[in-house]
Amino acid sequence: MTGDFGATLSFDLSRPGRVGCTLPPLEVPEAALPPAELLRDGLRLPELSQLDVVRYFTRLSQRNYSIDTGFYPLGSCSMKYNPKINEDAARLPGLAQLHPLQPPETVQGMLALLFDLQRLLAEITGMDDVSLTPAAGAHGELAGILIARAYHHVNGSAHRKRVLVPDSAHGTNPATAAMAGFEVVSAPSDADGNLDLAALERALDENGDGVAALMLTLPSTLGLFEPRIARIAELVHGHGALLYGDGANMNAMLGRVKPGDLGFDVFHLNLHKTFSTPHGGGGPGSGPIAVKEHLVPYLPTPHVRRDEGNGRYVFATPEHSIGRLGLFHGNAGVLVRAYAYIRSLGGDGLRAMSEAAVLNANYVQTRLRGAYRLPYDRSCMHECVFSGSRQKAKGVRTLDIAKRLIDYGFHPPTIYFPLIVDEALMIEPTESESKETLDAFCDAMLAIAKEADESPDLAREAPHGTPVRRLDEATAARKPVLRWRRKGAS
Amino acid sequence: MPHPYIPLTDDDRRTMLATIGALSTDALFAEIPAEHRDPPLDLPPALSEVEVMRELRELSARNRPAGALPSFLGAGAYQHFIPAVVDHIIRRGEFLTAYTPYQPEISQGTLQTAFEFQSLVCELTGMDVANAGMYDGASALAEACLMACSVTGRDRIVLLDSVHPHTQDVVRTYAAGRDHEVLVMPSDQVAALTPADACLAVQQPNFFGYLEDLSRLGATAHDADALFVVSVDPVSLGMFRPPADFGADIAVGDGQPIGVPLSFGGPYVGLFACRERFVRHMPGRIVGRTHDIDGRTGYVLTLQTREQHIRRERATSNICTSTQLVGLAFTVALCTLGKQGLRRMAELCYHNAHYAAERIAALPGYDLPLDGVFFQEFVVRCPVAPAEVNRHLLERGIIGGYDVSDRIERGLLLCFSELHTRAEIDALVDEMGTIA
Repeated sequence: MTGDFGATLSFDLSRPGRVGCTLPPLEVPEAALPPAELLRDGLRLPELSQLDVVRYFTRLSQRNYSIDTGFYPLGSCSMKYNPKINEDAARLPGLAQLHPLQPPETVQGMLALLFDLQRLLAEITGMDDVSLTPAAGAHGELAGILIARAYHHVNGSAHRKRVLVPDSAHGTNPATAAMAGFEVVSAPSDADGNLDLAALERALDENGDGVAALMLTLPSTLGLFEPRIARIAELVHGHGALLYGDGANMNAMLGRVKPGDLGFDVFHLNLHKTFSTPHGGGGPGSGPIAVKEHLVPYLPTPHVRRDEGNGRYVFATPEHSIGRLGLFHGNAGVLVRAYAYIRSLGGDGLRAMSEAAVLNANYVQTRLRGAYRLPYDRSCMHECVFSGSRQKAKGVRTLDIAKRLIDYGFHPPTIYFPLIVDEALMIEPTESESKETLDAFCDAMLAIAKEADESPDLAREAPHGTPVRRLDEATAARKPVLRWRRKGAS
Repeated sequence: MPHPYIPLTDDDRRTMLATIGALSTDALFAEIPAEHRDPPLDLPPALSEVEVMRELRELSARNRPAGALPSFLGAGAYQHFIPAVVDHIIRRGEFLTAYTPYQPEISQGTLQTAFEFQSLVCELTGMDVANAGMYDGASALAEACLMACSVTGRDRIVLLDSVHPHTQDVVRTYAAGRDHEVLVMPSDQVAALTPADACLAVQQPNFFGYLEDLSRLGATAHDADALFVVSVDPVSLGMFRPPADFGADIAVGDGQPIGVPLSFGGPYVGLFACRERFVRHMPGRIVGRTHDIDGRTGYVLTLQTREQHIRRERATSNICTSTQLVGLAFTVALCTLGKQGLRRMAELCYHNAHYAAERIAALPGYDLPLDGVFFQEFVVRCPVAPAEVNRHLLERGIIGGYDVSDRIERGLLLCFSELHTRAEIDALVDEMGTIA
């Protein structure tokens, strides 16, 4: 990679008169165009040859790190292998070329697939029914919390205006609660990394019957199973509130425990994490929500049902539905991939998957615990969370460790999250990785810890061989440049 | 049983458990309450790759895809030419299997393409700034309305009744949380807004395919100091003036018509652009241009203090994972179509639709109940129930239009694009002519 590749955008490569494709000819008589004041003149778009386009975007792709090219242990993201067959499945013409508003009798195969997926996910979570319409995890959270709101409205408890959110929670939890009109009350964690039960009880008591729900991530963002989950559910329900489950970390639990057995009323899944659909650099995702019987009437519309009389599949609107979440029925293309994945693994495979994910995380935790501080020294689930505080004391921050890992050929873990761990490093290896890969990663982490003692500048100046080095984010935010402009234009 | 997605061997497991000091993998799950541990899991057994593909082919074969038949369905999802280049690029593992670009040094591919996307959305809409994409056009409009409430400090959202009915529903869903009122009214009744109104939101072309009078509507919104929110079809912007020309404060839309397959309704990509002064109120990811320590140009996620991972309950939205890869498809398709291609595509849609409209209007029993300028869709009043027309067409291997008889008496919404041949359009008209 030579020169300043990032300085030249498609607009800069453009030359007047070049075209990238051809369009079919006009076969009908030309109609009169609308009045000129409605028509635009001088729309500026790139003019590139087809090879220009291919080469530009191919070279751009090579400036990305990806699962296909290396180990990607981002905590809470479940960056597992994205099977290639799922890509082929989603592109089958009978699935990819369906219009969302086609008559139901022309889409029975797709509806059957969606119905089966609803049932499969209900069985996996131990819940009673599932909606596939949320387009991502946060969209599922919004659906779930709007369901809690609607449930309280219908059941005479609309005065419940608060949602409890643990201090270890992902930022989408409080943001979702606020978006659904709730006031957020933070619930602290205890010294073991569990939810502080005494504080929870206090919060429930102090807020009287004002609490609508507790949003709980299981396993927590610390990668820990909440051993007193049954008691938590009892407390929450005893106060008339609902228990919302954030299933971003479901990869730890398949076949080992069902959220529905633990007292969750509503639980969302991230198909682009647990169920292997590719993350695409930031979506598309899919965030189905699973609910217990009492919340089924509130599910978003449309919901796929089977008419038991004639065996045909239809879209239906549940009685108290919170309404529509998106233009159509959710990200069908993502749902097909997740379906193919579940069918490829089967029940035993899914269980083996979680087992391997947890074993891999514990192995990494064990290998690194001597060199990095482990704030919660317990058996972990699918991810382990270290603190870079020892290295920070030597002038090497967690950010530096992350950047140095890039020099060693690895994507860094999630850093500075969860917020309750100082200099957090959250490592999720997933079940996709071999012991050799885990060992190579651990060796790199140990080498970096040693470097922090001996030559801290190596990390502080990392990364070294990347297409660009550390970027000036402060200026980017202070003087935002958010789009291409012609050189010389303001 | 070994599985291709799980590489650990029995030997690996033994070694790793010994390192950990655990007797078995079961011991690692000991914190799960015993009474709930290892429940029965009633799922079908694993299938081989051959069997999975066989099953999916069977499911696929049970559908009659719009892509394989002449189809005249639009109503929010549009079948257009997608250059072959697009799928080849978005299937590259480096794009497909990357996460959100939290480490910019090794994510310049994703970041720079997002910057391209933002730039293209700005050029198309004429707006100052755009974000890196929303879930779809409907949620983009809903978020735009919430943003208007937050910018103006007002509580009422005014929607034209000619906005896609599904989109209206999504706005209601999003507005419910914070108790914003949603008022839906016909275009000709929007004479003046009140000081309680945060925005006037319209769709261009509207749900029925016709152009709204954006000059008048924009002025009405601004007279009340409300924001003017316009949802657009990006292909139409190849020939029609952009929303910014009519004073739009926020422009949204669905990017699906450019480079994205129908895919039964998703994943699509929401477009979201606004005036510069509102940029810090925008939801979603935004990519900015900057330099590295050696002075090389690079791109980063920026203005992140708006977002949930920093601002938590005070964030502008809860959105996190969105539709980056679909945005990439949109970007590659638009770069391939280019300036001439998009204009040509829009004109072909326009001419095919107008040819069809003229022929259908001449059929006995059919007429066009709406007046004005339309782009690629229009409403036909049928001599019988539109459902009956559609049924007849389907029997002859044609997917008809979208039944809008709940809004317009015996109304059928038909859509035409550059993909239709004259023969297909003639066949549609001829078949419609046999029903009277």
